[in-house]
Amino acid sequence: MFGLLVNAIVAGLLLGGFYAAVSVGLALSFGMLDIANLAHPAFIILGSFIVYTLNIDFGVDPVVAGVLALPFFYVLGSAIYQIYYYSFERRGEEALRGLAFFFGILFITEVALILIFGVDYRFVTAPYIGPSLYIGNAELPLRMLVPFMVSIVMVGLLQLFLSKTFIGRAILAVSQDDLALKLMSIRPQRIKNIAFAISIATASLAGACLIIIQPVEPSIGRDYIGRVFAIVVLGGMGSFPGMLTAAMLIGVMESLTATFYGPSWSPAVAFGFLLLTLAIRPAGLMGR
Amino acid sequence: MPYVPTRYFCLIVALVTIAIAFASRLATNDYFFFAGYVVLQYVVMATAWNILGGYTGYVNFGTAGFFAIGAYSAVVMHKLFEPPLIASIVVGGFMAGLVGLGMGYLTLRLRGVFFAIATLALAIVLQTLVTNWDFVGGARGVYIIRPETGPFGHPYIQYLFVLMLALSAVAICIARAIEHSKLGYGLATIRDDELAAEAAGVPTLRLKLIATVLSGALMGMAGAPLPYYVTYLDPSSGFNLAFAVNSIAMPLIGGTSSWLGPLIGAVLLATIQQIATVTISSALNLLIVGVIMVAFVTIAPNGILGLFERGVRARRRPAEKEAA
Repeated sequence: MFGLLVNAIVAGLLLGGFYAAVSVGLALSFGMLDIANLAHPAFIILGSFIVYTLNIDFGVDPVVAGVLALPFFYVLGSAIYQIYYYSFERRGEEALRGLAFFFGILFITEVALILIFGVDYRFVTAPYIGPSLYIGNAELPLRMLVPFMVSIVMVGLLQLFLSKTFIGRAILAVSQDDLALKLMSIRPQRIKNIAFAISIATASLAGACLIIIQPVEPSIGRDYIGRVFAIVVLGGMGSFPGMLTAAMLIGVMESLTATFYGPSWSPAVAFGFLLLTLAIRPAGLMGR
Repeated sequence: MPYVPTRYFCLIVALVTIAIAFASRLATNDYFFFAGYVVLQYVVMATAWNILGGYTGYVNFGTAGFFAIGAYSAVVMHKLFEPPLIASIVVGGFMAGLVGLGMGYLTLRLRGVFFAIATLALAIVLQTLVTNWDFVGGARGVYIIRPETGPFGHPYIQYLFVLMLALSAVAICIARAIEHSKLGYGLATIRDDELAAEAAGVPTLRLKLIATVLSGALMGMAGAPLPYYVTYLDPSSGFNLAFAVNSIAMPLIGGTSSWLGPLIGAVLLATIQQIATVTISSALNLLIVGVIMVAFVTIAPNGILGLFERGVRARRRPAEKEAA
């Protein structure tokens, strides 16, 4: 019983680390820029399939493939922000139509992937998929540990970028007060464009992590919508440490639910957290 | 368009409905009823979505969830007491309205975006619940035996068609009645500026809750006859994302400002899809709907109605100049 509990918590923490990789892009776009990018999970699945293609056809390691795809996702994100800005943000219509726009993108990406790859589950091969490390009784599967480390490095680098570089600080400034930025003669939409492009770029690495952890088919992105938004809201929207804590919390809760009640119930956990947070404390755990 | 009081409007809708019902007797092919049912179902769904989405400006992405609540309520009712279908429709509407009330109470006090996210997640969680619930068939699905004939001795599919026709008429009358009522004006102020509405004394939360419950209940009612229509229902077809995409795309393409927009969008899009599913694959067909929706939202935000009104205005302007 105790061993089971310890294993469930360790697995939950590893899972939570991976959830941080999935949510960090949304913490940037939704938390800081106030762009409710519903399509974020769809971009992660797109990332998974690009990594899959690179891995199967060219034998590239999944994590390396994720890094190789970063520029492509950056350009994609930049293009989507341009459309979003000119069609919705500039007109002040982001609420209804912007949401419908992202919902449409989510749907188009999913159906397009189904048309190209079919509905079969796809997986990658890498030396670290299979073996496990053992610390005492706790099992650390490498296919969970590698995504965990990739995720922590990615979140850490982004945090450094935001707090140390000029552009990073400008992104933080936009998230706080973009009128003030205009008065400093900086165009907020240029900074927002960079930030949104980075947020989509994280989907490439998150997609690599996802396909290392589990086989992927086009429609599993939907399972992540509730999860990523729950994590970002629970984490207090823009804060990375808050998001990391929330991701770990939800990871552990899901892992405990899966161990003691069965894995088919775990999608309900994140939703429960989301509703509770919205009802009781919309500012999140570490909200401003 | 001249103003028609709601009473007369409903009378006209009732007459048109009866006329369509009798005209459908001329159809000799059962396929007409099968296809017509789907088109009418989307008329109800699109109109219901628009009560919250178009009039109030709150986006509901969980339409498939509300729809499936209705469908699965009917399955439960059928398994428990095999009641007449109309009773199942009422119960399905009630259950969906109840879920709408609960969700709305938790999330409608916040910004609209949180409501939208919560509805999207709701559909997924409801699907998890139904998949784990063996009484309604779980992941394996459930078979419902469709009776041979309806209560008036016609083939059952014709009965379903007429029921859905009546539901569409009810939905359109409700939507139109809201537009020209105190409720509708209240909802419009929420859409345009919620803070100002609150300051002016509009009971925003209560109005939003009424709109959510009405919209959810109509979706549940549209879903209740589904098990009898398909005769085999499993979670992935009941919660099909196509329902969600279509019932959002239709009002946005038709135009969200009045009852006419969802009607135009639903009839147009659903008819095209009925033809296209036969000729091309259904996945490609959905891809096209998604692309059209994104195109309309970015390029023609007021839908077909908006394009039409702009055309009329552009034509009128030179005439006015001549008169002056």
